[in-house]
Amino acid sequence: MSLQSILFSIFAIGAVASAVFTITRKNPVASAMSLVAHFFMLTGLYLTLQAQFVAAVQVVVYAGAIMVLVVFVIMLLNVGREVQAPSARSLRPTLAMLISGILVVMVSSVIASNPTGKNALSEKAVEIGTTASIGKALFTGYLFPFEAVSLLLLAALIGAVILAKRHVSETQS
Amino acid sequence: MMPTSIPLDYYLILSAVLFVIGVVGVVTRRNAIIIFMSIELMLNAVNLSMVAFSSFLGDIAGQMFVFFIMAVAAAEAAIGLAIVLALFRNKQTVYVDEINLMKW
Repeated sequence: MSLQSILFSIFAIGAVASAVFTITRKNPVASAMSLVAHFFMLTGLYLTLQAQFVAAVQVVVYAGAIMVLVVFVIMLLNVGREVQAPSARSLRPTLAMLISGILVVMVSSVIASNPTGKNALSEKAVEIGTTASIGKALFTGYLFPFEAVSLLLLAALIGAVILAKRHVSETQS
Repeated sequence: MMPTSIPLDYYLILSAVLFVIGVVGVVTRRNAIIIFMSIELMLNAVNLSMVAFSSFLGDIAGQMFVFFIMAVAAAEAAIGLAIVLALFRNKQTVYVDEINLMKW
């Protein structure tokens, strides 16, 4: 068994396990911590694909910025353990498992026939994954989407502030 | 450079499994914050398949899409959590089945 397959197995099993933990824990903080572990497992998978820049951004943006936001909101709202709804919901998880199981089998059966016929990384994988090549592409071929995304982030920033702030009359009363 | 011996299908099937775990989370949980985290799971599953295609086909487009998806996910996180905050302020709950004003 090669080093690559060992690393892939560790990260793949870790990613699936931490994803299952994320959706099954009753305590939202435990869910959030499992999600952080999941992001680190994905970082490992990106490194096995030679995508260094994406791996670094995954840690900084997801495990850093987004999860800090989520944990902050959990703390701010003081959300406790999730209690079961009074109405009977016992059928719903079973049905969800069944339908998603069918979905996985259907997708996997198509993928398993290997439609692309690719069994090894491209020789160019190492050079396209570097920060230099990503930066070059961002400022040449993808310049317009890059600038558009900066506008989107500004709009999201203003929108979040307006949505989350209390109304003036509410704070005065 | 030593090419990896893992075929592309393994990454795609892993991505499909992670995506479906996210779908199950959205369908079965009632806490809005955990539903939000499940959506992040789904976004990351798609990112994984894009990076896999990018590295196996030797095309940078996949990694550019991942970059933009991460930017959109950050925007979505800020707006989504602000909505949860506003909702909690008005209804004192984060359980989505108790927010049924517009439910037919």
